[in-house]
Amino acid sequence: MSSASEAQPLQTGTIAEAHIQVKDLTMAYGSFVVQQDLTFTIRRGDIFIIMGDSGCGKSTLLRHMVGLKQPANGQVLYEGKDFWEADPVARKQFMRNFGMSYQGSALWSSMTLAENIALPLQEYTELSAADIREIAQLKLALVGLAGFEDYYPSEISGGMMKRAGLARAMALDPDILYFDEPSAGLDPISSRLLDDLILQLRDSLGATVVIVTHELASIFSIGNNSVFLDAEKKTMTAAGDPKQLRDESTDPKIHRFLTRGEA
Amino acid sequence: MTDEATDKGYQLSFAAPAPDQLQISLAGSWRVQQSLPSATQLEAELKKHPAIRQISFDSSAMTDWDSALLTFLVRVTALATQNRLKVDQGGLPDGVQRLLQLAAAVPERKGARRELSKVPLLARIGNRASATAGSITEILAFVGDATRSLGRLLRGKAQFRASDLVLTIQQTGSQALGIVALISFLVGVILAYIGAAQLASFGATMYVADLVGIGMARSMGAMMTGIIMAGRTGAAFAAQLGTMQVNEETDALETLGISSMDFLVLPRMLALILMLPLLCIYSDLFGILGGLFVSVTTFDIGIVEYLHRTREAVEIRHFVVGIINAAVYGVLVAIAGCYQGIKCGRSSSAVGAATTSAVVSGILLIVIATAFLTVIFNVLGV
Repeated sequence: MSSASEAQPLQTGTIAEAHIQVKDLTMAYGSFVVQQDLTFTIRRGDIFIIMGDSGCGKSTLLRHMVGLKQPANGQVLYEGKDFWEADPVARKQFMRNFGMSYQGSALWSSMTLAENIALPLQEYTELSAADIREIAQLKLALVGLAGFEDYYPSEISGGMMKRAGLARAMALDPDILYFDEPSAGLDPISSRLLDDLILQLRDSLGATVVIVTHELASIFSIGNNSVFLDAEKKTMTAAGDPKQLRDESTDPKIHRFLTRGEA
Repeated sequence: MTDEATDKGYQLSFAAPAPDQLQISLAGSWRVQQSLPSATQLEAELKKHPAIRQISFDSSAMTDWDSALLTFLVRVTALATQNRLKVDQGGLPDGVQRLLQLAAAVPERKGARRELSKVPLLARIGNRASATAGSITEILAFVGDATRSLGRLLRGKAQFRASDLVLTIQQTGSQALGIVALISFLVGVILAYIGAAQLASFGATMYVADLVGIGMARSMGAMMTGIIMAGRTGAAFAAQLGTMQVNEETDALETLGISSMDFLVLPRMLALILMLPLLCIYSDLFGILGGLFVSVTTFDIGIVEYLHRTREAVEIRHFVVGIINAAVYGVLVAIAGCYQGIKCGRSSSAVGAATTSAVVSGILLIVIATAFLTVIFNVLGV
């Protein structure tokens, strides 16, 4: 806990609703501890960045938050309710409200783009096939892929796969969108467009967005809250608005990270 | 639940602030439920009032919304375009307006949409035929490449790691001993039972040893081993090489100037060609043991008698025929597995398809080769 209290407190003016809380979280593979004593709060509507150097456990933290990996210790709370303490039915209910976009897009390769988006809808809603198709078309249009419904993932480019992955993540109109390295493998313009898209979607849907990235341009242009994980200390060393961290942090490592070691 | 609108959660009503205007009032919760809100009511309304030129919205009584509202609005917009009406989105929530703009921002790329057209039967037959011709050329090219790679090996110029060869030999050879022993023993048992039942009626039960010995040595040993290798090793080769295609590992080799044929295919082919004949001999022995077991336990033939009979009947040439068969199967299974793996597409389903075809074509080739070899050996009188 000592290290968590060193972290800078959230310093945004308005008191927003706490949407996701992580408390005293310890992540471990067997006896190997990846990170410990993680405590932070994500407010509704935040674009929250998980950052840190390579190998510090950013993606692992995301996996703990979306229910892919159980914490060694600590809690993940959604609107005050403990995710990992909940029974399987309740946990599935939580997960219905998540949309996740994976690093390698993770589209199911044996299905067309429309079928990829249709699967969560078939699983969780009672809509007819025609209605589902219509929603899939809408979601693809939202990410700029109108007309590509019947393409297989192997037939489109990497950037398009990323956007199709985002369309699938949005299929169920989730409250929370998780992104693992959204701009990895994209050119600067595509990555900027994706940032704009994330921002647009957050503003219009009112969703909370959690992003794992070390793309500085994205961090500063869309992030309004963040946590910094340190690979050597094995815990978080800062939390708060990334721009503020860049300008005010006294931790040399964070300062170097956020200025690409140039300042 | 008498009111249908409340049952659905959303409410839709129409008003006409001016003779050429239609205002759509949206109220309640516009969320995805059993079905999406339909635009048929609006269609009827437009038919009733053909003077309408503009559609506007009032969403002040709407409590919440999601994709259900958006798809409804997409339908409304389509209907309006069809009837050449103007749509004023001003009365919609900001977020909805932004999303509609976003959805319309990137126009559909021309020619992107797939036409699900029906291909006529003759055209389909033609396509199939030319595809088959193409894949036969591909296979021949692969076999040619493999042969050249073998040539480079003989000249000592092939680039591959000896440790890979040893590892593959271990995986295809020694690790298959258990399964080959079990299956061969049982095949020997089956042969002995079937044979003894028939021979008994002639009082020639003793000749079970001939039947099992020659049957195993000439063909069953080699064939069983070949089929086990097709299912076990051919499939593994296809899956390994296919996954390497997906991960661009083979591309990484090629860009280094290392032939994936030399580095990946050659050690696998060598391992199978070396191991299959050895496994075949091993299989022959276990088959004969199976026959011995049945003869001793069920048909009262002594161990020494049985072994003596086997030695009398089975000649070296029978073993040689089996071993030659096995070597040919080794080449075929290796080619089937490696070819399917190397030409695998870049997706997980492609790896599955490659593995399946590797096993199916491997077994098919084994059976075809057996037919040819049997005729050839017969003609040669071996």
